[in-house]
Amino acid sequence: MIGQMGSGLAQVVVPALVGQSSTGSFWLPPPDSVASWAVDNAFHFVMYVSYFFFALILSLVVLFVFKYRRRPGVEAVKTVKSSLALEATWSLIPLGLTIVMFYLGFVGYVELRSPPDRAYEISVLARKWSWQFTYPDGTIDNNLHVPVGEPVRLVMTSDDVIHSLSIPAFRVKMDVVPGRYTRTWFQGKEVGAYDLYCTEYCGTGHSDMLASVVVHEPEDFQAWLKAAGDVLGNNPPAKAGEILFRRHGCGSCHSTDGTPRVGPSLKGIVGQTHTFTDGSSAAVDENYIRQSVLEPGAKVRQGFRNQMPTYKGRLNDQEITAIIQYIKSLN
Amino acid sequence: MSSIQSSVPLNYLNCQRGFMSWALTLDHKRIGVMYLVSIMASLALGGLFAMLIRTELIAPGETIVKEDTYNQFFTLHGAIMIFLFILPGIPAALGNFILPIMLGAKDVAFPRLNLASYYLWLVGAVFFLVALVTGGLDTGWTLYVPYAFQTDTRVLTAGLGAFILGFSSIFTGINFIATVHTMRPPGMTWMKMPLFLWALYATAIIQVLATPVLGITLLLLVGELVLGLGIFDPAKGGDPILFQHFFWFYSHPAVYIMILPAMGIMSEVIPTFSRKHIFGYKFIAASSVAIAFLGFLVWGHHMFVSSQSVMAGTIFSLLTFSVSIPSAIKVFNWLATMYKGSIALDTPMLYALAFLLLFGIGGLTGLFLATLAADVHLHDTYFVVAHFHYTMMGGTLIAFLAGLHYWWPKITGRMYSEFWGRLAALGVFIGFNLTFFPQFVMGSRGMPRRYHDFPDKFAIFHFLSSLGAFLTGLAMLVALAYLLHSLFRGRRAPANPWGSATLEWQCGSPPPKENFTDPPRVGDPYDYDDLKYDAENECFVPMNVSP
Repeated sequence: MIGQMGSGLAQVVVPALVGQSSTGSFWLPPPDSVASWAVDNAFHFVMYVSYFFFALILSLVVLFVFKYRRRPGVEAVKTVKSSLALEATWSLIPLGLTIVMFYLGFVGYVELRSPPDRAYEISVLARKWSWQFTYPDGTIDNNLHVPVGEPVRLVMTSDDVIHSLSIPAFRVKMDVVPGRYTRTWFQGKEVGAYDLYCTEYCGTGHSDMLASVVVHEPEDFQAWLKAAGDVLGNNPPAKAGEILFRRHGCGSCHSTDGTPRVGPSLKGIVGQTHTFTDGSSAAVDENYIRQSVLEPGAKVRQGFRNQMPTYKGRLNDQEITAIIQYIKSLN
Repeated sequence: MSSIQSSVPLNYLNCQRGFMSWALTLDHKRIGVMYLVSIMASLALGGLFAMLIRTELIAPGETIVKEDTYNQFFTLHGAIMIFLFILPGIPAALGNFILPIMLGAKDVAFPRLNLASYYLWLVGAVFFLVALVTGGLDTGWTLYVPYAFQTDTRVLTAGLGAFILGFSSIFTGINFIATVHTMRPPGMTWMKMPLFLWALYATAIIQVLATPVLGITLLLLVGELVLGLGIFDPAKGGDPILFQHFFWFYSHPAVYIMILPAMGIMSEVIPTFSRKHIFGYKFIAASSVAIAFLGFLVWGHHMFVSSQSVMAGTIFSLLTFSVSIPSAIKVFNWLATMYKGSIALDTPMLYALAFLLLFGIGGLTGLFLATLAADVHLHDTYFVVAHFHYTMMGGTLIAFLAGLHYWWPKITGRMYSEFWGRLAALGVFIGFNLTFFPQFVMGSRGMPRRYHDFPDKFAIFHFLSSLGAFLTGLAMLVALAYLLHSLFRGRRAPANPWGSATLEWQCGSPPPKENFTDPPRVGDPYDYDDLKYDAENECFVPMNVSP
């Protein structure tokens, strides 16, 4: 109750005080989620207080250095060595201001951590180094598709190390921790595409662990979900393989244009003979690709380190077949 | 040769010669100098990694190295700068040299413990170097689990190194506490003690109370790596968030180990170069102790988005704001000290003024991060990187440079070139701001930290930041050059070149082995009335004693 009253107050009064605009500021991206105010009000209040105090320190330093610079024959003037009134002033004014900061931050934090009851729930699985979003109907994708104007709750966990899901435009950030579920939520205000980053350091591909948040009109979202649902039924095998390749985040480590990344590029590999770290070699065929998907450590190419998770249980046989067709099409 | 020796009075540098006279010395001054050389070598190594990081990030995409190498660069930069340079930097190097002389004492309370702390530092540093050359470290300096369990870099070696360095820090802390308690001269009550000593005393309390927790954490980490205990690893039923609590329970108080001595240097340099009594002595002294105490209660502010509960986050936010008040008190008291003073812009004072502005920005941007909602947006972005560099580099490193230039004549017996000193200070100030201010902008716009690559919209900020880093590096090299030059060609330093009233300026520069031949005159450490400028010898002399 108090939180609600507080958030109402913070939502109305503070924007008026700090002159918040809907197009963002020099510092912050445009506030594209309905809860962006929670961050922006607190940020802007602290910002104006900081401007004031920095200007005060800077002008006093410049003024004193100029006015009281050492000159021959001019001695320092004795002033009082201490003043309780002054100490009280510059303790209590900052104390009051920090209490306001705390309050704005607290109200906003409660808002950011409290999803509305009727939110659309999407499961998030983070792993080195891609995101997997699972929708209520079982559809999965590597990008986050959501309907505009509807609150979305993310229930997140990690397969390996700690990651963190960050969407700056929505002021969303929450760590994704192995062995437990964490939650966050947002509600997109405008149709568009937004950046999603991993913000907890997670190793080699940390800076490639990116995704898009695509905010659709509600009917477009339903159409997307329907089309995305039955990949194998709606697409020829190679095309379905390409979609699955993208959705499962394979592209974070394997390029399709010949550039080696964390893993080898897949362009034109079918029919090549590869040498492995143990010195043996083999020709790339369907069985080799299938084995590499299910047991990534079995055959590791020379010049690379095995960092790939197994896809056993994540991809079924038809899906692997489709991905093999896609890799063949890269020749 | 003999004529030179006869013109230089016997001092701690020339009283004994040879390697063993240094390696087995119990003289706090020689130990301080050994620390000083060691931590400056660490600074150079950490700085080299900083240059490599900024070279990689000068443009999007791969510039000089691949991801894995870059991850090692930022890890080693952080680990070396924190464990080998900033933590021991001011207390163990400058503090060791100055603290006993400021007390008018012959040495610290436990000279052997002091030497032991140096050798522990050296062993810890060797562990770090072994880790570096045998496979490196790529966990970030924070060693977060479970990543630290899964990497094949040298977590165990580096962890043991940090464990040993922790004991070095504890030894220094114990020594300083005992020395301040037992060795103050007659007439120097607690409330007449120079503020640098108050700062070192408060620091020592944190070193002694917080560092054991780092030791426990690292032992548990090692136990997990070697024995598979399953305390932190979720794969074995452990809790990775527990590690973060353990880690920050030490590492947040540790940032006050880094900044408090820096504040102590400000409290010496500002009144000296303003020729004015420090303003609000009791408040500055008390705020050091308050920061040391409150610093133990705020570690959870590193974990607002870690899945820590909302209640815990709220309490930690509230407590975090409480630390900002004593810091603000100090800044205003230093400004009030300058009011109506006679301000000389010598190199130490230039660094002190730079500290006021840079630490001002560092402190104010800390308020954004203490504010719960704002931190959700800013956590783990370049905003945080910029904030802690404004406090740790703009604060501690700048204060270290202020202290180094202030006490350089005392330590080495030589004056450096004032012209080059001021020029380098200006270069560091401009270069530093060019490096880190753009990081606030890109951070608040969402640029995550520890990224090898970045979107084009952040390219201009990274470019400016890299230019600034190169300028800072160049200015630091200039500083190194004129300081080294001064050792050979510098004018011989007088006892009191700046007109300071603390006791270390009553003994010769460099001090004799026993520090004082006659007992020093203990008075108000901030009363400059009895010192007058002697233009002929370019130094300050007491009025009541004939020069």
